[in-house]
Amino acid sequence: MSGTKKLALRQRYEYLTRGLDWETTYQPMDKVFPYDSFEGIKIKDWSAWEDPFRLTMDSYWKFQAEKERKLYAVLDSFAQNNGQTTISDGRYANVLKLFLTGISPEEYQAHRGFAFTGRHLRGAGARVAAQMQSLDELRHLQTQVHTISHYNKYFDGIAEWPLMHDRVWYLSVPKSFFDDARSAGPFEFMIAIGFAFEYLLTNLLFVPFMSGAAYNGDMSTVTFGFSAQSDESRHMTLGIEIIKFLLEQHPDNLPIVQKWVDKWFWRGHRLLGIVAMMMDYMLPKKVMSWKEAWDIYFVEAGGALFQDLGRYGLKMPKYADIATAEAEHISHQNWAVFYQYTHAAAFHTWMPDNEHLDWLSEKYPNTFDKYYRPRWEMWAKMEKEGKRFYNPALPQLCQTCQIPMAYTEPGDPTTICFRSTQYKGDTYHFCSDGCKDIFCDEPEKFVQAWLPVHQIFQGNCGGATVPDVLKWYHMNVGADNMDYVGSPDEKLWNEWHAEKLRQAG
Amino acid sequence: MAQVASITLMQNDDARPIIDAIMADNPGVRVLNMPGAVKLDCDGKITVNRASVEERLGRPWDPQEIQLVLVSMAGNLDEDDDHFTLSWRH
Repeated sequence: MSGTKKLALRQRYEYLTRGLDWETTYQPMDKVFPYDSFEGIKIKDWSAWEDPFRLTMDSYWKFQAEKERKLYAVLDSFAQNNGQTTISDGRYANVLKLFLTGISPEEYQAHRGFAFTGRHLRGAGARVAAQMQSLDELRHLQTQVHTISHYNKYFDGIAEWPLMHDRVWYLSVPKSFFDDARSAGPFEFMIAIGFAFEYLLTNLLFVPFMSGAAYNGDMSTVTFGFSAQSDESRHMTLGIEIIKFLLEQHPDNLPIVQKWVDKWFWRGHRLLGIVAMMMDYMLPKKVMSWKEAWDIYFVEAGGALFQDLGRYGLKMPKYADIATAEAEHISHQNWAVFYQYTHAAAFHTWMPDNEHLDWLSEKYPNTFDKYYRPRWEMWAKMEKEGKRFYNPALPQLCQTCQIPMAYTEPGDPTTICFRSTQYKGDTYHFCSDGCKDIFCDEPEKFVQAWLPVHQIFQGNCGGATVPDVLKWYHMNVGADNMDYVGSPDEKLWNEWHAEKLRQAG
Repeated sequence: MAQVASITLMQNDDARPIIDAIMADNPGVRVLNMPGAVKLDCDGKITVNRASVEERLGRPWDPQEIQLVLVSMAGNLDEDDDHFTLSWRH
């Protein structure tokens, strides 16, 4: 009941955010907010900012506390009941390894980034929303670490997650994505993370993935996932508000915003290739294919969104058509990379069994049987013959997304896509036109990229041989890396399983 | 192409009266069941009415409580004391 004595939601929110602003007198406003003009964004009236969630601080604490209570009740119960023994298969734990090393540290980066924008945007409404999001992101990191720490008691590859995030080759992909966003100005950060990541792409990360956790018996992860995702709706709203606000404030903002949308859509698409691989290859029980998730969450939801934003003149992100075509290939191409380099990865790989191959054939009727199934069958055969295929060479990396050059030409899945450009006498290499465009627009930023393979060759990663580098990665060789079959994880899982069968008589 | 307004909620007891209220108040709503979550889609607009949820829940309900079970959404949000609405209409 919203009694008449109580202030209406709109009024309460007005009181929270209005009047937080004042014109400074000891220092000029431009010195207090030094970062909100160099990007070229023009704001005429910050008071036009609308936050539709209108969440006041007292409600925020109340709701967040309730979410935490629920989450920790599930975590306790999961641990007390040895939930780790009832997941669908021991392979499932590899999803959590990839999540904790590759995604949780980005929650922390998002926390830092929103703390920065929450300080440096000039409008009080936007500042409050960014500060709440900053707190949310810190909560997400903490709950993920707490949840997955339980698995760390049993499974390999999890213990050194912060150090691995800074050092291990494939983890430079998500790390560099957030480094790029956080070293941009506050408005680009808001479009990069607030809009492109949180609104356009976060559903692809969390919804099918957490549903996958539920399906695979991982109640602890599904609970932290949905608990985090319940904050995400607020973040999505902030993302859509910031883009509408910028486009409404001044027509000069349109080309700047469009450029950021193009850039961060493509970067996000590349980053989420890891999720594509988790969904299609790493979940023992599958919820939907990456292609299906892409169709729901990008083609349909993104289509509706850009149709709406069209009234401001904003267009679909550049190369959206190529990204949609790549949804037929990307999970397979990524899994092929990790399979070849399993000796250097802190999670296990495997070749899909026949049932899994058939599922992939059904989900990818245009591509799987033609391009990928024969390769998996050949590699499985080689394994049986004792000639398991490893790639001993270090791959060339894309200067922008830092992913090994393994993606194929648009329209030709049998040819690897290479692009290059010259800058100040040096040649730089890219996996795609999208990544090349991003470099060419900001070459001074991207020539500084910390590319893991270059760093190894320059002698900055512990030594010249693979064992030296793995030692520098703090990788427990023979436990953290290599195939699932024959791993200590598999041995433990089989023991649990045998014990259950024995007890069942 | 129809613009789909959408709400995804957790599949649990707290969300059930909200899911039921949405199903009752939004003709033509489409349901996608996933493990642990349910996605409700409507062309153009989807709304959650406070009164409708309260009727099912048997106690006062603040639309902001939806945040405890909300997983995702699509559309422009309009929220006040009586409803929580997502739409692509202007």
